[in-house]
Amino acid sequence: MAPKKAGMRLLFFPSKAEIVPEPYGLVLIMTSWNFPLGLALEPLIGAIAAGNVIVIKPSELAPATSSFLANTIPQYLDNTAIKVIEGGPEASHRLLQQKWDKIFYTGSPRVGRIVMTEAAKHLTPVTLELGGKCPLIFDYSSISSNLKVAVRRLTSAKWGSCSGQACIAIDYVLMEEKFALSLIDMLKRIITRLYGENIGTLVNITRIVNKNHFDRICSYLKDPVVAASIVHGGSYDEEKLLIEPTILLNPPLDSAVMNEEIFGPILPIVTLKNIQESIELINSRPKPLALYAFTHDDAFKNRIVSETSSGSVLFNDVLIHYLCDELPFGGIGQSGMGRYHGKYSFEAFSHEKPVLYRGYYPDLAARYPPWNAFKMEFCRLGYNVDYLNLALHLLGLRRYPKKDD
Amino acid sequence: MAFSIQTLHNFSASATISVMEEDKRETSFDADQAGILVKELKSQFDSGKTKTYEWRLAQLESLSRMMDEKEKDITEALYKDLSKPEFEAFIAEISMIKSSCKLAVKELKQWMMPEKVKTPLTTYPSSAEIVSEPLGIVLVISTWNYPFSAGNAVVLKPSEIAPATSSLLAKLLEEYVDNTSIKVIEGAVDETSALLEQKWDKIFYTGSGRVGRIVMAAAAKHLTPVVLELGGKCPVVVDSDVNLQVAARRIIAGKWGCNNGQTCTAVDYSELNESFGKNPMESKDMSRIVNLYHVTRLMKLLEEDGVSDKIVLGGEIDEMKLKIAPTIVLDAPEDSALMTEEIFGPLLPIVTVEKIEESFEVIKSKPKPLAAYLFTNNEQLKNAFVKNISAGGMLVNDTILHLTVSTLPFGGVGESGMGYYHGKFSFEAFSHKKAVMYRSFDGDSSIRYPPYTPKKLKLLKSLMSGNFFQLILTLVGWSKD
Repeated sequence: MAPKKAGMRLLFFPSKAEIVPEPYGLVLIMTSWNFPLGLALEPLIGAIAAGNVIVIKPSELAPATSSFLANTIPQYLDNTAIKVIEGGPEASHRLLQQKWDKIFYTGSPRVGRIVMTEAAKHLTPVTLELGGKCPLIFDYSSISSNLKVAVRRLTSAKWGSCSGQACIAIDYVLMEEKFALSLIDMLKRIITRLYGENIGTLVNITRIVNKNHFDRICSYLKDPVVAASIVHGGSYDEEKLLIEPTILLNPPLDSAVMNEEIFGPILPIVTLKNIQESIELINSRPKPLALYAFTHDDAFKNRIVSETSSGSVLFNDVLIHYLCDELPFGGIGQSGMGRYHGKYSFEAFSHEKPVLYRGYYPDLAARYPPWNAFKMEFCRLGYNVDYLNLALHLLGLRRYPKKDD
Repeated sequence: MAFSIQTLHNFSASATISVMEEDKRETSFDADQAGILVKELKSQFDSGKTKTYEWRLAQLESLSRMMDEKEKDITEALYKDLSKPEFEAFIAEISMIKSSCKLAVKELKQWMMPEKVKTPLTTYPSSAEIVSEPLGIVLVISTWNYPFSAGNAVVLKPSEIAPATSSLLAKLLEEYVDNTSIKVIEGAVDETSALLEQKWDKIFYTGSGRVGRIVMAAAAKHLTPVVLELGGKCPVVVDSDVNLQVAARRIIAGKWGCNNGQTCTAVDYSELNESFGKNPMESKDMSRIVNLYHVTRLMKLLEEDGVSDKIVLGGEIDEMKLKIAPTIVLDAPEDSALMTEEIFGPLLPIVTVEKIEESFEVIKSKPKPLAAYLFTNNEQLKNAFVKNISAGGMLVNDTILHLTVSTLPFGGVGESGMGYYHGKFSFEAFSHKKAVMYRSFDGDSSIRYPPYTPKKLKLLKSLMSGNFFQLILTLVGWSKD
């Protein structure tokens, strides 16, 4: 909260400058259903730290957490200034009609557009945490001595994060074709160990949030060409809304499963002749929220960082950058705008107001009309921060260009 | 000592001829052409050349050179568009750009360097940094800007109501910078709409709140982030115990010395004196109003009932020459158009209050301005002002100057806009700060994986608590949890 001092040139003496953070004012936080507690409270912390008045609109698709928030927040926080409004799309729509000083939205790009369009009517700044198809580049030969750990991390990150229903979940894997069968083999073994043998014995994994999303994900598998590419899994339980961990090998690149954010337990593996081609493929698609790469090849790492664009990049692990508070967390392009976590949360909900303090002396006549050549030269020197010549000029010891009369 | 009017007339005559020639050109820039333009720029950007330090440096240095070599042409164009005195043109536009270019050239390498950050115990062992990368293809409407210091491909759409400057800019940039990646599109509403339909990686708009809303709504369709530099009614609060002479001079410089009030941070309502001589309408140091539409608009503000009888100075209008004299209105009605709309002209309303603190209420009752000014020697009042008034930026005991301080972010809040620029903030406005984390496969802890046992949960809790001692106890099995 402390104002930051800003450096001032001697030219402006005497003066002092600082950047004073102030709250935006009235803030709306609209959250998602997949991490309904975390994604509501994380931005809330930033908004409170920045000193705002806050309304939280939890997702109606996670009704138990929504009620929990509505009942518990007033018990712990000042509920004259922090309110929880429950409800569905109607409630969200009505809230969006109001004029807010800032809106923070976590969810899909489709609704992100609606939020920003409504915000535009009131010139309300927004932070949009959206999603995208987060790829994982699996440079098999480069990490051959660490394969076991790599595959374990891949597996638990994909299916251990709300069964793939996470904005930074691995959406698809890119690797060289000659290693694909080995990887699939290892995946099958680890999946069985961590999550169970089949749909009947599934453990340690969440279900799909609702029938709507369940049907959406199953529909990907109903495409016959995609169904033909299933190498593991593919079964589901409609009653329990469970889908088992499913692996696809080279589904068509123009199929729905390869163009929409899967947000579910299906993992397509796309093979390439050479792992370097993965960069081109990633760049042909919308910018993701996170890009993962398992490799020990430093040159390749540099290529990935400088030639691709994503919200963030994580090497040799998955998801864990979320825990690093010093790193800004946010998207770019279709994956969102703005960022938060740590001090970035504070900044997301603050207006950084510059304040310049001046004194009355000296008051330089050069600033005021009527203008003349002397004043012009003074300002020219001032802008060039040429103190020596400026001093000479003021003392009349310097020649300068005069205009013809 | 004023410069020769004769010489100026010669310059403006030649400027007129060049503008006429441009008009004869076919300008049919529609949605299709905008689409082609964007595609072309995308392939330029994808080639990777704008990302290189060399390219960025070369463009910035060319721009700087252009400002030096073409200063005269620029001054003429500004005079043609606004009768802008050479001095004002120099201070407010030319010098600022030159010094900003210089700063960017000097600091570019540092700005481009990744920023290393600390990593927590929970992700040990790891290293992390924040890498700045360009956003891609950027649309800049109505203002001089250099988003190419951040490595972007750029389309500039200058304001059509300053046509001489707009054509000059188009011509000069083609000559000086890499025009495969930096393009100027001239035009008005149709061309702007065609551009706005395209998908940009960032849009930077300077102008009015009304159009700002249109820009943001268009950007929303493609989830394009925006910076909107808008305006507002920038108030000046003047306390009684100040050096009135200096305060008055500074307010005048801030109001009428700056485009005759047509500046987003111009003093909008307050109090003061005269520096334009006995007959300001004849003064060469005063800019004219940009066009007849705005002269008529300003006239209406003065003619409103309740306002016209409160004019205490000035009020002269020359529709032919598009000039309005510096005018002061004392205590116009609160609900008059003069007091509710952004003036953007040489009319200064003064509002008197019983106690200076009441001025805060007046300011808070209006939309947040781009800048707020206070003249006082009272420390407490200064603190109260900074604490209680929200504005894009604030300046105590002076006006407008904060624009020139490159270490301060320049931007609005609420109705006055969103996002910042100037100095390093310009670079950041046009960059994506990408978080990059490096991990190794060593030290892979089993607590991350199923089966999720109570012991693993205990261990995780102590790890997250950041309490090293607690962690050791848990590992050894002595934790009480």
